[in-house]
Amino acid sequence: MAKRIAVVDVDLCVGCQSCMFACNRRFGEAGIARTAIFVQSAGGFERGFIVKVCRACKDPPCAKVCPTKAIMERVGGGVRLDYKKCIACGNCILSCPIGAIFWDEIIKKPTVCTYCGYCVNYCPYGVIRLEELK
Amino acid sequence: MISNVLHIDLSNKRFWIEERSDLFKEWLGGIGAGIRLLHEDCPKNIDPLSPENPIIFCIGPFNGIYPLASKTVAVFKSPLTKNLGESHAGGRCGVAMRMAGYGGIVIKGASEKPIYLVINEDGVKFRDASALWGMNSSSTVGRIIREREAGAGVRAIMRIGRAGEKLIPYACVITETFRHFGRLGLGAVFGSKKLKAILIHGRSSIRLSDPRLYRNTYDEIFNAVIKSGAMKKYHDIGTSLNVLPLNISSSLPSRNLQAAKFEGAELLSGENLAEKFLGRRAACAHCPVSCIHIAALRIPYENEPYFYKTKMIAYDYEPIYSLGCMLGIRNPEGFLKLVDIVDELGLDAISTGVILAWATECMERGIIETKDADNLVLKWGDYETYIKAIKKIVNLENEFYEALANGVEHASSLYGGREFALAYGGNEMPGYHCGLATHIGFAVGMRHSHLDNAGYDLDQKINAEKKFISIEEIAKALFEEESWRQILSSLVVCFFSRKVYTPEMISRCFSAMGIKVEPSELKIKGMKILKEKYKFKIREGFSFDNVRIPKRVLEIPTPQGLLREEDIRRGISEYKKLIEAEL
Ligand code: SF4
Ligand code: SF4
Repeated sequence: MAKRIAVVDVDLCVGCQSCMFACNRRFGEAGIARTAIFVQSAGGFERGFIVKVCRACKDPPCAKVCPTKAIMERVGGGVRLDYKKCIACGNCILSCPIGAIFWDEIIKKPTVCTYCGYCVNYCPYGVIRLEELK
Repeated sequence: MISNVLHIDLSNKRFWIEERSDLFKEWLGGIGAGIRLLHEDCPKNIDPLSPENPIIFCIGPFNGIYPLASKTVAVFKSPLTKNLGESHAGGRCGVAMRMAGYGGIVIKGASEKPIYLVINEDGVKFRDASALWGMNSSSTVGRIIREREAGAGVRAIMRIGRAGEKLIPYACVITETFRHFGRLGLGAVFGSKKLKAILIHGRSSIRLSDPRLYRNTYDEIFNAVIKSGAMKKYHDIGTSLNVLPLNISSSLPSRNLQAAKFEGAELLSGENLAEKFLGRRAACAHCPVSCIHIAALRIPYENEPYFYKTKMIAYDYEPIYSLGCMLGIRNPEGFLKLVDIVDELGLDAISTGVILAWATECMERGIIETKDADNLVLKWGDYETYIKAIKKIVNLENEFYEALANGVEHASSLYGGREFALAYGGNEMPGYHCGLATHIGFAVGMRHSHLDNAGYDLDQKINAEKKFISIEEIAKALFEEESWRQILSSLVVCFFSRKVYTPEMISRCFSAMGIKVEPSELKIKGMKILKEKYKFKIREGFSFDNVRIPKRVLEIPTPQGLLREEDIRRGISEYKKLIEAEL
């Protein structure tokens, strides 16, 4: 079954960025230039945080705007990104209404969640969870 | 490895990048690199508020790579003590600097007009800040810059309040609204350069020589922190957890240390504040602990029925001591309002509280009269009057407030009340009265935060175990702990993770980065860095032999009983021997 990252309760988020650094460590690298999950304050720490990550839409808009079909729909929801086909036009980034496709500063191409669940292990407060798509 | 130092010349609006792997190799980073840069860039005997005084920010090799490496060290010449200025802050600046690609930032010169800086991978942008100068609220300044500039989610915004603009020598720099380069007046140095704010952002990804070892070491640290008691302690209640134990053991200075106990301690305790006011917790960048506690204070509008505003106000142990217990404030709302005004104006909370406590005692004793204070009657517990007084200090309203604006050392040299002016080396005392090691620690301390050499921690252990330890042993323990802490603050990791970052662990962290560092060599490096700092202090006129010990400290019993001046002095001279040993 297809899985996705669910944001369980964003008000539990403390903005520690552990998930962002974790996602970047998938490549064995330290930093945040390649992360596919992004946390930012909702206009200052006092207002809490926003967690942006692909929610694996059933009918993903990003797949529709990719001129080379590098972003393909995944069975059961969500997408896969084929870097060989990607020409780095950035259409997908613009098309995502929740802003969950990011720019990988190292390979200079977009990056989107692969639903691997690595980040979940590093969220100390249960904000995110790997779940089966219904 | 970090190696770039970004130099910024505010007078000519220029910047350049210097490759300094030599510096980071030899001195690690953080305070180690920072103190070396200060030796290089700060001429002898300069006026701290002159353009020559450099503002130096340094991070270490672990920032952005390992968890809890979340701090930034600022080094400068302090306008308060006219000596070494060192201040550490969390928030997001450490990681932001690393992600922007800088190990150090050195800011010199002065701008003619107010400016703020935007720093990223491409260098520096100089932005006009005339419209931000003079604003009443430092948080509004943050909001405006946040709206105008890029980097949401990965940026730090340091700024000063009006206190910094007015060159109050204990003005602080606030970062991410709730963290501070608090002590020793960095805010005034910003102000003297007409530097209102600095925004830093960047995104990068760092390849490590052994990715596997990196991931494993990372996990080991992460898990150790998550499972440690420290994590729960600092996450649940935060540093204000200390209020009750210090009160019970009679180590909590109250009402200008006329007592070491406070009857309002329960009300200001971390437990009570969390239960009644806690609105949110937040974390520094790359730190799972999230010890930042932010109270939500609902304030009614006076002339508008059913209309309220909610202010979010961060609290910690230190402001509870200085703006709460020291001023006899038992009302938690009143305490939070005091923290709020101090933050909005950009003052150091510890200094402000200690100064007002001294002024209140002076008034009680008739040393200062109501008319000196522009008709304010300073009374323990009267937070409304204290708020008015704080505004008058920042406005430099009259001679008396100008004296207060220059610190308790200065004010007491004009008005008297020296015996109860609680300052060491010209800096207002932190909130611990635990025993001999605490006060020896304050007397020789560097940045006068309680985390300096942890004399208070040593005393708490001594007191709990009820064991006797000689003055020589105390001096040695302080020296060793402070030396080790130089390593932690060169890496730069948060002291809350000090039990995890052991010499062996640090050595392993370096291995994953392809750098060989022996655990044993770290200890020696720590001592070397510490001595480097004293070299600067002594160069600028510090002497172990003439530290002023406030009489009040000797009049109020600690858990170890009354302290004797000769014991403190002996501790200082024992410590001096250790510092001078290989200087
Ligand atoms: S599930 Fe995997 S790819 Fe998606 S955000 Fe988490 S770590 Fe990154
Ligand atoms: S790890 Fe969890 S708490 Fe930390 S930023 Fe990510 S979602 Fe928020």
